[in-house]
Amino acid sequence: MKSFVARRLWHMCLTLFVMITLMFFLFRMLPGDPTATVISPALYPKAQEALKAQFGLDRPLWEQYFVYLKNLASFDFGISFHTRRPVADAIEGRLLNTVLLILPSMFLAYVAGALLGTIVAWRRGSKFETALVFAATSLQSTPVFWLGMLAILLFSIRLDLFPIGHIVTPGLFPDNSLKMYVSADFLHHLALPFLVNALYQFCFPFLLMRSTMLSTIGEDYIELARMKGLKESRIIFGHAMRNSLLPLATTMPMILGWAVAGSVVIETVFSWPGLGLLMVEAVSRSDYPMVQATFLLIAVLTVAGTFIADLLYGLLDPRIVYE
Amino acid sequence: MKLLKEFLAIVWRSPSGKASLLVFGLCLFLAAFGPLLAPYGATERSYDAAGDLVRLATPSADHWLGTTLLGRDVFSQILWGARPAIIIGVLTALGTVLIGVNVGLIAGYFGGRVDSVMMRITDIFLGLPFLPFIIVLLSLTGRSIWTIIFAMMIVMWRSTARIVRSQVLSIREMQFVAAAKSTGASDLDVLYKEIAPNVMPLALIGITFALAWSVITEASIGFLGFGDPDVVSWGSIIYQAYASQMMYRAPWWVLPPGIAIMVLVTSVYFVGRAYEEVVNPRMREMR
Repeated sequence: MKSFVARRLWHMCLTLFVMITLMFFLFRMLPGDPTATVISPALYPKAQEALKAQFGLDRPLWEQYFVYLKNLASFDFGISFHTRRPVADAIEGRLLNTVLLILPSMFLAYVAGALLGTIVAWRRGSKFETALVFAATSLQSTPVFWLGMLAILLFSIRLDLFPIGHIVTPGLFPDNSLKMYVSADFLHHLALPFLVNALYQFCFPFLLMRSTMLSTIGEDYIELARMKGLKESRIIFGHAMRNSLLPLATTMPMILGWAVAGSVVIETVFSWPGLGLLMVEAVSRSDYPMVQATFLLIAVLTVAGTFIADLLYGLLDPRIVYE
Repeated sequence: MKLLKEFLAIVWRSPSGKASLLVFGLCLFLAAFGPLLAPYGATERSYDAAGDLVRLATPSADHWLGTTLLGRDVFSQILWGARPAIIIGVLTALGTVLIGVNVGLIAGYFGGRVDSVMMRITDIFLGLPFLPFIIVLLSLTGRSIWTIIFAMMIVMWRSTARIVRSQVLSIREMQFVAAAKSTGASDLDVLYKEIAPNVMPLALIGITFALAWSVITEASIGFLGFGDPDVVSWGSIIYQAYASQMMYRAPWWVLPPGIAIMVLVTSVYFVGRAYEEVVNPRMREMR
């Protein structure tokens, strides 16, 4: 087990290192001069050179790369091209906002998915099953930002139940204090994006749980439990469901990583000030230091999710460790 | 060709597969002839008798699904949008599976160091945050249908590669492979003539999933404003409605493109599932 964890940890570090390197060279290899947005080509060549020296851009590429690595290690992501302030300042708090939106909705999605998946497998062949499977598949086929727009149209505009986007009413918490997160206003703003995301994320665990349950129900030990004369509900929830939860549990961290990566769309629809929205804004402003930093943070969350999923898998199914 | 025929025959046998195939066929038809059937051009503006733009008109006999803020006919835009959706979806799916199957075949067959290097690379791609990476790529390469297809292909082959590899690992131990080797067939012959045909069902399932996923992703790219500016796609229609801030006053502008995406993607999913249930009942977790 120990060597398994060590191996996975090493893979994770390798992946992150490759991504960090990729981010550095991608922005320097491709055509166009990304520095043109901060160092205007209209300046005198002397002034341009002075500015380049100030940013360290006159050094050889490999030297810039090491400076970049050194800065990253101390969480120095550079200066934003747009705000001219440290990128780290803008990112602070954004990570928390994203996690607060994504994590609870994933949790709800998995609990509801496991339960409904079980019930549907229990009532297999019924109209209820067909309808729910069709609904989940259609929902999964729908772009989540469109679902969000419909939800705003219906619940915010027509019924006036929820605010249209943002994390709190603008101006209510001018000092951006942590008090904001325990206010009713925050929960009111969270409700709609939370529900939409949960509904969308629900489809995958639900469909997976159903198919796992269907194959579990065919196993011998379930047949044995039946022969023992146990009640069907006891067999389903006590025996079959418990064993079917395994594959579901192992996918969760990975899907969570994907959901964080997918936050770019849901946060855009609801103007939710998280990492995803920050990244989309940074890309459209060509604010490259900000793009690099937000991308790397999202990548860290994704890779960590995959890592935890691998560990869980190894923990719950020991056969995999000796592969 | 024979494979495709077999695929269609299997899907056709299940009722949901049959219905989905018909719906997908309709989408293909629209992709081919939609622009001819559309009553207006994709970006044509409509003017009324007085010469004013027909802005945000509700659905009527002239404009079945109403008009946009710039007086464009929503129904026509939906018809025009089928073509980029299908082109992007199909090309991305084919490219994705082509890369994924080859990586999986080579890694699984040769094993050893080849396998571990290729799987390490696959793992790195699996760690890439999907949509964010595509957006970064697009911001650097410029926005066109081709760069979008390219960007999606680069990220999407990873899951096919993994699944094909694990299948190849078990196939290569089978007797017919040993038999082929004993007749002196070269590695490439064994790999592409003996083993590859056996992973084709997986490749076909992979194509349907990649197709569905790329249509949604293309719409998301369009919605975030990074789509091809010269192409009217379903995602870009939603983006226009969103960016104009008028979408909440004009549901007829926002509903149809989303429904179009949903119908196309759902049909593709069900076609894939109908095939999968017959060929490989244990493969339901693939995504």
